[in-house]
Amino acid sequence: MGQKVLLNAKEVNIILHRLACQLIENHNDFSNTVLIGLQPRGKYLASRLATMLKNDYKIKNIELGHLDITFFRDDFRRGEKILEANTTEINFLVEDKNIVFIDDVLYTGRSIRAALTAIQSFGRPNEIELLTLIDRRFSRHLPIQPNYSGRQVDAINDEKVKVNWVENEGEDSVYLVNS
Amino acid sequence: MSELSVNHLLGIKYLNKKDMQLIFETTDHFKEVINRPIKKVPSLRDITIANLFFENSTRTKLSFELAEKRLSADVINFSASQSSVKKGETLIDTVNNILSMKVDMVVMRHPNPGAGVFLSQHVDASIINAGDGAHEHPTQALLDTYSIRERFGEVRGKNVVIVGDILHSRVALSNIYALQLLGANVMVCGPKTLLPKYIKGLGVKVETNLQKALNWCDVANMLRVQNERMDISYFPSTREYTQQYGVTKTLLDSLDKEITIMHPGPINRGVEITSDVADSKQAIILDQVQNGVAIRMAVIYLLASKIKH
Repeated sequence: MGQKVLLNAKEVNIILHRLACQLIENHNDFSNTVLIGLQPRGKYLASRLATMLKNDYKIKNIELGHLDITFFRDDFRRGEKILEANTTEINFLVEDKNIVFIDDVLYTGRSIRAALTAIQSFGRPNEIELLTLIDRRFSRHLPIQPNYSGRQVDAINDEKVKVNWVENEGEDSVYLVNS
Repeated sequence: MSELSVNHLLGIKYLNKKDMQLIFETTDHFKEVINRPIKKVPSLRDITIANLFFENSTRTKLSFELAEKRLSADVINFSASQSSVKKGETLIDTVNNILSMKVDMVVMRHPNPGAGVFLSQHVDASIINAGDGAHEHPTQALLDTYSIRERFGEVRGKNVVIVGDILHSRVALSNIYALQLLGANVMVCGPKTLLPKYIKGLGVKVETNLQKALNWCDVANMLRVQNERMDISYFPSTREYTQQYGVTKTLLDSLDKEITIMHPGPINRGVEITSDVADSKQAIILDQVQNGVAIRMAVIYLLASKIKH
């Protein structure tokens, strides 16, 4: 199994700042916008962006939640692995809010489809946007595209994109892994 | 993630500690789901579940049906009083006919102990025992132990007394298995006539004095006297039973600690507990009902994940 570095810590940091600036351009003071990280791995990116917006760009009152999509996935009972649920923490109203879904990798688009269904359980948002660190273009099964993307990657199907965060793997990096 | 070690839920006796923990963890997620504005998830939209109730039930049947509908399963209901069982059809024939309609899972309550085990050996569907005679009622025991875990943080080391009609109770037996599996100390308390002879063999303490039992315990699970299962008189009168084994506010206030009161329902108010006890903060009876839906969602979800196309 070989792996190639797609992004190192410095490059990840530059991309995160660029994504934060793009969010500010569209959402100003975030008074009607909420950030929702998709479980399990989108929450790290979402937390990082929320911290950056608060500390580096002095945006007050950033609302951040985590959404678990396990019970809304379309592959229940179809794989070998049992689907493991994670926690959902949305302690604010999403009714009429502008939501930014945040995930680390956009691949087939099925997770985002599930998230779009799951969020309806919490209300009717005004608008939903999608932010991903890695966009694996040409791999989509559904007509879903990100509004904000850190880096576009063309990978063949048996290659995997692995995103590491300091919080759980000890370093910020993105690898292309050949299985 | 691990999966259940069983393909059916026939009794707590067949589960191990890991199964119980997995069910509880999954229940935590479903409790969060059923407290959302929209309480439904689409996980089981291609699963059909038959609820076969050969014995009357209100709360358990409603709880299962709600759990199934909140998971988006298709549900069919069957009750023996309006069915071909009255015409002499056997259990296997009845169930096989229903399974021919492409049913994936059967939730069954039956007056005979072992009916679920028997069925699981003869039909190709996942079986959930919703009560088999005076044998087991596993989902009730799961929701009871889950409610204790929710109240105290853990079940291990807690002193739990089950009070009342142990002889005719499937709730008592399943609770004993579940509580012991999770490391609780269990006592049964009731008139000698309602304590089965084998009960000491299960490793539980036995007490006939309610005051002593309440002084010992952290939790008292009050059972209903099951008059419908009694073929002889096991105690002189309901009034005398209430005087000996009924929990009142005065009795609770006389203890030097606050204990938690549970009841699997339906309550005979004024018999096993008085209204002021049932409605007090010490009682977690309505929490048990809410946890019942989440527990049943978790059990159905985990068993359904083992049914492959």
